[in-house]
Amino acid sequence: MAVKTYLDAIHDAIEEEMRRDENVFLMGEDVGLYGGAFKVTKGLFQEFGPVRVLDTPIAESAIIGVGIGTALQGFRPICEMQFADFISNAFTQIVNNAATFYWRQGVKIPMVIRAPSGGNVHGGPFHSQNPEAWFVHSPGLKVVAPATAYDAKGLLKAAIRDDNVVLYFENKYLYRRIKEDLPEEDFIVEIGRARLARDGEAATIITYSAQVHDAIKVADEIAEEEGKEVAVLDLRSLMPFDKTMILEQVRKTNRILIVHEDHLTGGIGGEISAFITEHAFEYLDAPIMRVAGLDIPVPFSPPLEKHYLPTKEKIKDKLKKLLAY
Amino acid sequence: MAKRQATAEVEVPVKRPEEFFQPRRWDRIRLDIEDRPYADVDDKKMLDLYYYMRLSRRVEEQVIRLYRQGKIVGGVFTGSGNEAITVGSTYALEDRDALFPIHRDTGAHFVKGQSVKTFLANYLGRANTPSRGRDGNLHLGYPEKRIYGTISHLAAMIPVAAGFALGARMRGKDDVALTFIGEGGTSLGDFHEALNFAAVHKLALIVVIENNQFAYSTPTRLQYACEYLADRAIGYGIHGEVVYGNNVLAVYETVKKAVDRARKGEGPTLIEAITMRMRGHSEHDDYYSYVPKSMLEEWAKRDPIKSYEKYLLEKGVLTPEKIEQISQKIEKEVEEATEYALSLPFPEPEDCEKDLFAE
Repeated sequence: MAVKTYLDAIHDAIEEEMRRDENVFLMGEDVGLYGGAFKVTKGLFQEFGPVRVLDTPIAESAIIGVGIGTALQGFRPICEMQFADFISNAFTQIVNNAATFYWRQGVKIPMVIRAPSGGNVHGGPFHSQNPEAWFVHSPGLKVVAPATAYDAKGLLKAAIRDDNVVLYFENKYLYRRIKEDLPEEDFIVEIGRARLARDGEAATIITYSAQVHDAIKVADEIAEEEGKEVAVLDLRSLMPFDKTMILEQVRKTNRILIVHEDHLTGGIGGEISAFITEHAFEYLDAPIMRVAGLDIPVPFSPPLEKHYLPTKEKIKDKLKKLLAY
Repeated sequence: MAKRQATAEVEVPVKRPEEFFQPRRWDRIRLDIEDRPYADVDDKKMLDLYYYMRLSRRVEEQVIRLYRQGKIVGGVFTGSGNEAITVGSTYALEDRDALFPIHRDTGAHFVKGQSVKTFLANYLGRANTPSRGRDGNLHLGYPEKRIYGTISHLAAMIPVAAGFALGARMRGKDDVALTFIGEGGTSLGDFHEALNFAAVHKLALIVVIENNQFAYSTPTRLQYACEYLADRAIGYGIHGEVVYGNNVLAVYETVKKAVDRARKGEGPTLIEAITMRMRGHSEHDDYYSYVPKSMLEEWAKRDPIKSYEKYLLEKGVLTPEKIEQISQKIEKEVEEATEYALSLPFPEPEDCEKDLFAE
């Protein structure tokens, strides 16, 4: 076991997979000699060389398109978007080209698109986005968003070994704030499986990425203040999402709060809410409630950004309402 | 509704709209099949090129016939007038090279090894075709022959072709990627991103601009302001060529040189081939409402197949008897393929839910 940050976990997953399989390679802006804007890929250029750690021009659409092309030669590209916000530049290549390639032509595109997402770092409207819902809505893509170092490593390894296009949203707020002991031996986290991050019977907070940690803190406070144990379900995979575990939690706790940093309207919370209502309506003791980012661009100035985010205070307020309903 | 009173008369300083519809002069190239030796060409190759151009046009005529009979699913987009570019370019490829055709590159499919049978069957939306009815007409690919189908978003396959070339180099292979784009498609971001990317990394990518002078209804002067699109190569630091697109020998020669350069690691080439779209954007549009009749008349005289046939007859490579033999062969091939394609069943409806993800 060794203590690893969320960022280390991502780095190690790439390094180990590149050692394991010579078809795996990395490309993106500043990923090479410089080691990436966040230093996630530090040292990889030195170990694997400029061919397998390819610095590219600033061209997100070409990065994805070129990635598809290398897959036609049997490669398994890891394409980095320097910030998840810039992924919109590559939208057609991802949702129209890569996502449909196997369905249309029977040619596998085993590609991972890494995208550092999320706010709370005062990045403003164009360095703070959580664009996962766009891709969950586009057929042919898998989408994951880990909250812990263990999952960051295990999910990235699973994504690299997957024969499909996997969008890997790594939360940049968590990069150096989260650390844990990770096993030395090889492990993966299966895509499509949620994780019960905290057990409880009074309600379940369904969430993912950075908000998992806030949800656990809120649940701990509520346990102390009200004596009620609230469960936290970390989705980890957003497409496909773990329908079995969601329904289990609904049947067990009967009250559901969904939390995500992405905007409320059209966010994944709406889909999960509809799924629960359709399949487990009779188990609900209260309306499904949501806390999410506001329906505005992510603002820059600290008080504005705090107002935008689904903070612990907002989660706690909503959870109290849910428990009292 | 009250009529709005006209304000003071506005003087228009430049009469742009009329200028937009002035045909270009194309003064850097000879607009005929020049009688000269062409590199890497022999009698067999000359006849092959003739056959594939004839086959391409005949298959498209068949598609139009089936369309008028109501048997075609969706739209029909032909490469009529464009045969010399698509056939001549693709003929410069080897089996290991990749082809990324676009919607008017019918002939390219046959040169690269797709059969007329699968081509027509795919157009008819049938089962047992490479796309299994999931994507139609102009998008078809044939991966086992390294033909990769396009998407409707223009220029989107240029980065993919560049990626194929990158992958080839990473494998230590000299495979080349050839792709086409219309002059309209050069206005998209992916054209720029891919050419710049390929130039920086010196990839074995060949982009042939099929400049057929109309992008749907938009003439070239509303599409780009430079004189020749091939000049953009200078801006990317790569090799650029302009070629008369109705001379199949010149097209083949130019692309073959680009292929040779690419194999040697000398990087991408941007080729602009000048031609004229002789039919509508698709079979459903009112072509004659937006294309000047004079342009069509002028370019009809430069038909790439007829002018090449004349050239080959004069050279003694073709004879009237030989033409008849080739015609019969093509008729038989197209008739058999049509019969085959029409005999195939449509896919089962639920089939389209399968294989969204690879297991």
